[in-house]
Amino acid sequence: MTKAIGFLSRYRRHRFAGPFLLFSALFIAGVGFTVAQAATEVKQELTSVDRATLIAEGKEIFARGCSSCHGLNAEGAGAAPSLIGVGAASVDFQVATGRMPMADMSQQAMRKEPVYDERETAALAAYVASLAPGPAAVTNEELAWERDGNTAEGGELFRTNCAMCHNLAGQGGALTQGKYAPTVMGVEPRHIYEAMVTGPQAMPVFANTVLTHEEKLSIIKWIKFVESEPSQGGAALGRVGPVTEGAVAFLLGLGILIGIAVWLTTKAR
Amino acid sequence: MSARERVAGGTANFLDERTGAAKWMKKTLTKVFPDHWSFMLGEIVMYSFVILLLSGTFLTFWFDPSMREVEYEGSYEPLNGVKMSAAYASALHISFDVRGGLLMRQIHHWAALIFMAAMVVHMMRVFFTGAFRKPRELNWIIGVALLTLGIVEGFLGYSLPDDLLSGTGIRIAEAIIQAIPVVGSYLSYFIFGGAFPGELFIQRIYAVHILLIPGIMLALITAHLMLVWYQKHTQYPGPGRTEKNVVGYPLMPVYMAKAGGFFFIVFGVTAFLGAVAQINPIWIFGPYNPGQIGAGSQPDWYMGWLDGLVRAAPPIETHAFGITISWNILIPGLIIPGIIFTLMAFYPFIEQWMTGDKREHHLLDRPRNNPNRTAIGAMSLTFALVALINGGNDLLATHFDLSINQIMWFSRIGLIVLPPIAFVITKRICLSLQRADREKVLHGRETGRLVMLPHGEFIEVHEPLSPEKAYLLSSHEQLPALEIGEADENGVANPQGIKGKVRARMSRASQEQISKPTSQDMLELEDGHH
Repeated sequence: MTKAIGFLSRYRRHRFAGPFLLFSALFIAGVGFTVAQAATEVKQELTSVDRATLIAEGKEIFARGCSSCHGLNAEGAGAAPSLIGVGAASVDFQVATGRMPMADMSQQAMRKEPVYDERETAALAAYVASLAPGPAAVTNEELAWERDGNTAEGGELFRTNCAMCHNLAGQGGALTQGKYAPTVMGVEPRHIYEAMVTGPQAMPVFANTVLTHEEKLSIIKWIKFVESEPSQGGAALGRVGPVTEGAVAFLLGLGILIGIAVWLTTKAR
Repeated sequence: MSARERVAGGTANFLDERTGAAKWMKKTLTKVFPDHWSFMLGEIVMYSFVILLLSGTFLTFWFDPSMREVEYEGSYEPLNGVKMSAAYASALHISFDVRGGLLMRQIHHWAALIFMAAMVVHMMRVFFTGAFRKPRELNWIIGVALLTLGIVEGFLGYSLPDDLLSGTGIRIAEAIIQAIPVVGSYLSYFIFGGAFPGELFIQRIYAVHILLIPGIMLALITAHLMLVWYQKHTQYPGPGRTEKNVVGYPLMPVYMAKAGGFFFIVFGVTAFLGAVAQINPIWIFGPYNPGQIGAGSQPDWYMGWLDGLVRAAPPIETHAFGITISWNILIPGLIIPGIIFTLMAFYPFIEQWMTGDKREHHLLDRPRNNPNRTAIGAMSLTFALVALINGGNDLLATHFDLSINQIMWFSRIGLIVLPPIAFVITKRICLSLQRADREKVLHGRETGRLVMLPHGEFIEVHEPLSPEKAYLLSSHEQLPALEIGEADENGVANPQGIKGKVRARMSRASQEQISKPTSQDMLELEDGHH
């Protein structure tokens, strides 16, 4: 014991003592979080008893967080639509992307940090799905976009069906009266799929008769490719086309050249 | 004589005996040019043009101007197996499979944007300093022609790769052609060789883009420079500078070195942008297909104001005698640009008519000393800027959380209301600056030093200007307004009638000045207390 104290007191002012302590603290915190997170992961397999508890739990969350707008029985009210029959896919998309609950009653619900965690979202989805049948949440087996999708075909489909609102590079675009098609970059494949199935807000529904399951997966694969594609030829300038390019040409290109012209002519004096 | 002198002298003598160049060279190489940074804007335009010719030639080695359908088999994986035109496939080939191809494509595009930007700023310099006045009206008109051709040339280049964005631009051009009353649809069929898109427009655009328009532009640039040469360059006013001399440095060696070096600087900056900033990533956009469209489709900036005007137009269409006229395209797409470019080209003559000043001018105006012209310029730029902003209204809406409808209404109202406001404000600012100049000449510069006199009075010390500075602030001339009476002394009405009245009104407006300090004012001051 005294030996350990001696060791500590001898090295407490060593120049690596600070970094060592910081590193250890970060390491312990990191490991702690990982273990804690793994312990709280939602189990995929549910028994009917589990499902019943989940629905009850969802109903509870719904009554607390959603019913003020959507009504006590999800029947809808003036400010918000009825949720009977919207299905688990819709709930998962809206809640897990942070769109619901809404931050404010502006033009459109926006993507933000989700309010409910994965289990609470699943509970809400189970509750809403229990009210009436609707599009079910997509499972991981169904969502094998890396295996079943085709990038080139997905690009064609995206340009035909999605680009008119979401932009050729998927950067999003403006709709009327302050509404907008959000960017599709950085969206979970599951949520892209659910958006196509449920048609949230101004978006149309792309049923399987319009875009087959495989075609939806191809679109996801193309989006994921564009998202991770290295920016060929330099900084992408927001990928919004000629507007930023024009600004750069004026401010950076011509700006530098005029600066040099001023410098050249002042040097002469 | 050293060996070097013998070789150089021998070569020069050889050339002179056969071409008689020595006399001409002697005169030319000692020609004097005035020195100012704003005189180098035109150089940026010219050097960008050279860069465009060089990089464009490189691109023609691999570009295939054909709408033949091919299946892409290149190194850009997400388009593999997609059907596209040979033009788009070859543009992708240049971008991904030709060594240095993407860099050259980007240099070409950046040079085009800088070319147009420098041209506009050069024109602003010429306009605001009155460099377009007699004898340089023709050169101004050549400049307007070059600007117009530059816009068309840039648009055609933007259309060539046949990607989805460029095809969308051609589609809009087709709509504007069709909006021409009566002949529009025939003209469109003639240009596209049938119904849009057809299979011809890429090769036609290609011929015009690489041959016809650059040829005309090269000829016009040559004429532009020859006129500058012949008429000599204008200069800013200052001591020792008159309407009859040019104060500056000789072409050889000062300007040769400067201009030569500046060319490489322009090339360097353009290449730098081409290397670090992505421009027009056609591979993301995909091949053109008339059935597809992308949100946020925009033209390059020099067309942006036209797009903005079209976006601002309310949907008005009339049907009469079996003819449909789309006013919503015809007015913003053809009539307004037509009026703008015509007024711009004729502005030197309009100003002569307003002021009655038809004399030669080689000394430039300080913009404040011609408040009316400066205000007209500010008014026009305000109009163009509001139109340009509306051209990007969808991006403004998404990036600043605004409503696209409100931006459109702001632009519709702003296009009409803001330019006159800009006119009035600019004119007032110019007149205030004139007033400040007058104060400075008469009472000197305010130093901010307060001095208490023996009897307790505080005064601020004013420092008199140097004679050079005072000369600069008071050497400009101020013309009186034209005297166009409604009737002469015999009571005979002015035969010019309403035209005369308008002209008198315009003349009064353009000669509104704060009278500059005269020698009389100076004498009175010296007699007085101060």
